[in-house]
Amino acid sequence: MAGQSTYVPKTGFTRWLDARLPILRFTNDTMMTFPTPRNLNFWYSFGGILTFMLGIQIVTGIVLAMHYVPNASMAFDSVENIMRDVNYGWLLRYMHSNGASFFFLAVYVHMFRGLYYGSYKAPREVLWILGVIIYVLMIATAFLGYVLPWGQMSFWAATVITNLFTSIDQILPHTGTAVTQWLWGGFAVGDPTLNRFFSLHYLLPFVIAGVVVLHIWALHVPGNNNPLGIDVKGPQDTVPFHPYYTVKDLFYLSLFVILFAIVVFYLPNALVEPDNYVPANPLVTPPEIVPEWYLLPFYAMLRSIPQKLIGVIVLFGALATLVFVPWLDTSKVRSMRFRPLAKQFFWALLLDCVLLGYLGAHRPDAVFPGTGIPMLPFARLGTAYYYAFFWVILPLLGLIETPRPVPATIATSVTGSGVEQVNAPAE
Amino acid sequence: MRFSRLTLTFGVVLGAASAHAALDTSPLSPTHPDWSFEGPFGMYDRAALQRGFQVYKEVCSACHSLNRVSFHALSSDNGGDGFFTDPQVKAIAAGYQVEAEPNDKGELFDEKGNRLKRPGIPADHFPPPFPNEQAARTANAGALPPDLSIITKARAGGSDYVYSIITGFGQKPPVGFTVLPNKYYNPYFSGWNISMPPPLSANQVTYSDGTKATVPQMAHDVVTFLSWAAEPTMEQRKSLGFGVMLFLIAFSGLLYVSYRRVWKDIH
Repeated sequence: MAGQSTYVPKTGFTRWLDARLPILRFTNDTMMTFPTPRNLNFWYSFGGILTFMLGIQIVTGIVLAMHYVPNASMAFDSVENIMRDVNYGWLLRYMHSNGASFFFLAVYVHMFRGLYYGSYKAPREVLWILGVIIYVLMIATAFLGYVLPWGQMSFWAATVITNLFTSIDQILPHTGTAVTQWLWGGFAVGDPTLNRFFSLHYLLPFVIAGVVVLHIWALHVPGNNNPLGIDVKGPQDTVPFHPYYTVKDLFYLSLFVILFAIVVFYLPNALVEPDNYVPANPLVTPPEIVPEWYLLPFYAMLRSIPQKLIGVIVLFGALATLVFVPWLDTSKVRSMRFRPLAKQFFWALLLDCVLLGYLGAHRPDAVFPGTGIPMLPFARLGTAYYYAFFWVILPLLGLIETPRPVPATIATSVTGSGVEQVNAPAE
Repeated sequence: MRFSRLTLTFGVVLGAASAHAALDTSPLSPTHPDWSFEGPFGMYDRAALQRGFQVYKEVCSACHSLNRVSFHALSSDNGGDGFFTDPQVKAIAAGYQVEAEPNDKGELFDEKGNRLKRPGIPADHFPPPFPNEQAARTANAGALPPDLSIITKARAGGSDYVYSIITGFGQKPPVGFTVLPNKYYNPYFSGWNISMPPPLSANQVTYSDGTKATVPQMAHDVVTFLSWAAEPTMEQRKSLGFGVMLFLIAFSGLLYVSYRRVWKDIH
């Protein structure tokens, strides 16, 4: 798919450079002439959006770090100082804190798109696994960043999450406690914890950027999957990346940035727990300790299990499961457009994750408002479905499901002369 | 015997349950007055800010600190987000005594052991009413009056909540509810027992602009001031946001036209 290089240096300098460091050839082949399926829809623009958001987070984060003080007695005030007395500090900070939310919004769209169109299937398994690694790194980075403002939620989220490691005590006595105290740098979350969290929060985005390079590399070897899930058969199936997808991606990126700007400028605290505007206090536990919205489904899984160690295993297992998806899906057909059964289970999974997110924001002993129906059984059912989807339904469907006929080529399908009219709008 | 014990247990459980039901002291939803600063174009009412500052200064500041707000933030000169001129801000700052730096002899305390003070300058922050948490608790029957710098962002319900707390006093507690010693009944507060005494009474301050100082008026003014204190860059944010939105919408329009044109032959 990567194909032959079509780059021809035109000037003396570019010929000279091309013989020494073919960076212009590389740029041309990967970003300009790269053959891309002609039928990619709106949902495929989120890769570009994610790259943009990573850039936003790194740039705003570097400037914020110039003003932030990673010290337990000064961190909270330094954030307030950024908000009040640093020029456009409020803009940097609101972009950074809400940027995390939009980064996750985009990554969830990107992941569900990959699931729907079977983008993890051969030959794109490594591409998918690199994506899972990026996602896990994003979770770690977001958690570390959530701690830095040193508000009540920061402090207690750090306490809850680091305490997960004490569950190791149940199989290896004292080991979990030792690991947890090693993470803290003391006997509780405190100044050393804040310092190392800041250091790691600064480090991890660059690790993410590195894995993103691998992710894009792994994308450029087999090329993009597409909504039909069929292989590119020839030049008639593709268009050059530039200008076709540069302009399309830019347009959808611009719409995404409009949404982002609405939140940054008009609803900057809509996604924030008010408790995080109260300085951290080790002596006062907030009535409810919750992570940010993008981690709530996992929090619901954790809290739906009464036994701590098993809860922790279920939490991390939910992430680890994603690594195995390329081999759990046994279907010969990639795209769920042609998989009538899988499609329904897919939408159920999406609803399941939304439900788990809702339940994760409430205590395990909570009831649905106005009904008296307890939430806990639903959290357990939701957790069970999440696992069942990947470990039972996906492997079985490939064996029992009869997929609809798949068009022969992208070109025939797009021009409508194929067996089947499938150039449907984005679904 | 066995039967009666069972009945007794049952009765106790029932009784506990009904007592618990009577004591469901979850707070009422806050009331929602009109705020000048709501919505994408809402800005702070300057006159309300000045009146609200007066209420904070003359009433709230007796117990509540405003640690994170500096005097210079009050200035509207030189592109500031405040609501006083620079000379006014200087005069306001000079009216406060803040802890002084060491004097020429390196002393921080005078002969009597009192902390040396000096008049404030615009770069100073509002000085706290109590030197430390313990002093604040001693003066307030064990309760700690929270810092008000970001109070409207630090409570669910925000400005509405703070307004409801301030105006939520003076109602008759429901039958079966006990107001604890040194506490006051306020149904907008979680648990209904609040340590803060009713802070406002009619005509407690005298407004120089002739506004009648009713409790709702003073509460509305001071919450406007506290909302500003929590988010002094809101006006800058919304006006920049308006320009950004206009640009992004126009830019998206151009991109859409380019997108259609580039793809014309493919579709």
